[in-house]
Amino acid sequence: MSSMENQTQARRANRRASAILKAVASFVVIVATTYLGLLAVTFFIGRVVPIDPVLAIVGDRAPAHVVERTRIEMGFNLPYYQQFYLYVKGVLQGDFGTSVLTTNPVMADIRRVFPATMELATVGTIIGAAFGIPLGVLAAVKRGSLADQIVRIIGLIGYSVPIFWLGLLALLVFYARLGWTAGPGRIDVVFEYTFTPITGFYLLDAVLNRDWAAFKDIFAHIILPASLLGYFSLAYISRMTRSFMLNELSQEYIVAARAKGLSETRIIWGHALRNAAVPLVTVIALSYAGLLEGSVLTETVFAWPGLGLYITNSLQNADMNAVLGGTIIIGSVFIALNLFSDLLYRLLDPRTRIR
Amino acid sequence: MSTLLHVEDLRVSFPTRTGVVEAVRGVSFALGQERLGIVGESGSGKSQTGRAIMGLTPQQAEIKAKRLEFSGIDLLKASQAERRALRGSRIAMILQDPKYSLDPVMTIGRQIVETLRTHEKVGKSEARQRALDMLAAVQIRDPKRVYDLYPHEVSGGMGQRAMIAMMLIAGPELLIADEPTSALDVTVQLDILRILDRLVIDRGMGLVFISHDLRLVSTFCDRVIVMYAGKIVEELKASELSQAKHPYTQGLLNCMPKIGESRHPLPVLDRQPEWLL
Repeated sequence: MSSMENQTQARRANRRASAILKAVASFVVIVATTYLGLLAVTFFIGRVVPIDPVLAIVGDRAPAHVVERTRIEMGFNLPYYQQFYLYVKGVLQGDFGTSVLTTNPVMADIRRVFPATMELATVGTIIGAAFGIPLGVLAAVKRGSLADQIVRIIGLIGYSVPIFWLGLLALLVFYARLGWTAGPGRIDVVFEYTFTPITGFYLLDAVLNRDWAAFKDIFAHIILPASLLGYFSLAYISRMTRSFMLNELSQEYIVAARAKGLSETRIIWGHALRNAAVPLVTVIALSYAGLLEGSVLTETVFAWPGLGLYITNSLQNADMNAVLGGTIIIGSVFIALNLFSDLLYRLLDPRTRIR
Repeated sequence: MSTLLHVEDLRVSFPTRTGVVEAVRGVSFALGQERLGIVGESGSGKSQTGRAIMGLTPQQAEIKAKRLEFSGIDLLKASQAERRALRGSRIAMILQDPKYSLDPVMTIGRQIVETLRTHEKVGKSEARQRALDMLAAVQIRDPKRVYDLYPHEVSGGMGQRAMIAMMLIAGPELLIADEPTSALDVTVQLDILRILDRLVIDRGMGLVFISHDLRLVSTFCDRVIVMYAGKIVEELKASELSQAKHPYTQGLLNCMPKIGESRHPLPVLDRQPEWLL
């Protein structure tokens, strides 16, 4: 009897292991093909845009033989498939070439600017989710009420007002007039020599250094652009939360929860939102990715030394390596976030878990 | 036999864009520790009657009654909080399909414990033990395993047992079962009914059994109310069903096929417009 039970258990464990293996394998295949697609697109863009990377380096007054020599040095005489192979090989080793503008390897530049963007987007997403989810829940629970209308209008404004205009307005009001926040940039110049970045995420670095004066200053700098990005993602998150919540609140298990005598608070936050959280995770992850790539305008307005500003500057100076490198990084983050939200999805929804 | 539930002239109406729709139009009955069946077709108001007793009618609906009383408590005058305290602890309801009426992201055990701990102050380990006992009481063979399963991992019959366990754990005196077996396989239906029957008798509960299945209701209940268009058209003892006087009830009875009988043409329910009045 017990040996039979053991056998069934062993068989079940076996089946589980092979199912997990299969899932991991399909994950790897999906990520690899998506990444290859991303590289192909960026490579293609790099070759078809009317910017000559050779001229960008040697300048437009270089003699013909110099141009020709540089072209061969850079491998542009090779057939496209070989170029693509070398490109992929370089990228996989973290080599995006050298930036014409800064003369640094593109990877080193990105390592410097990307944490700034990521920090901004992270704080922005936290703000967006912290306010967007409760507002969406409120709108769904009080559907059709004044509160619902107000949340709708807040969302509509966040969604339709251009973020650069809102940014300038915010700077004018909160920095120039009221003086509540710090101005453009990440940190005040007085900290330039005393503050040493460790991770590149300044808020975290200030905590690690126990430099509370710097922390306060960094916070005063980040709060305005992050609130702005947060408002933008709040608009989206609150709308999606509302519609997911309405869907959940109309389910039969909510009637059952009421029949059990649970309080409305428990029903809304413990049951309905817990179920709505499953699709919401994907929405928040994608909105986070959207902030990472879409902060170009915000970074320009707030002189935020992040990836958006870096790409914009590179683009204006025909620095193709830097632009493509930045694009690949953003693409990679997109893929990673998708993967992450997929994993989180499994964690939140037992129906998608492998048993 | 003391009377548990008094319903007198219960009316449930919904305001809609085209006017007020009356789902329940003057239903009256009294219930003791007995099994009362409410039968009717879709839209006859049988479910809305049950939900009005539970206090689970949608907000926009209007409920009127001369009397709606549960063991001396006037349900119409009771506050929201008072009614909520009754739900689950003294009046409970079993819904139709366990696939939809159990929270998909919460384990079965936690959902049962949740009912208990809402109404009684019990510690975690005691609550768990009582939930396991309750699962055993609904004849689940391996309560410890089922306790940690999610609703999608169990069959319909098992899910409905879990539903019954979840609703009965706080020991209600009145149970409203709204089509509790309609979503289940015929073979499982009888198991569930047997479990329900046993628990109702053992615990001395009153039962309102809502169904569209006259045959099922007549074998399972003591008394049957037949509803049509929001009104009671006939009330009779289950054993005297064959002596039904109302033509609608007779029509329902005639729809049931008998073995060895060939009927051409098949009888069709006739609905007289004057019954709507």
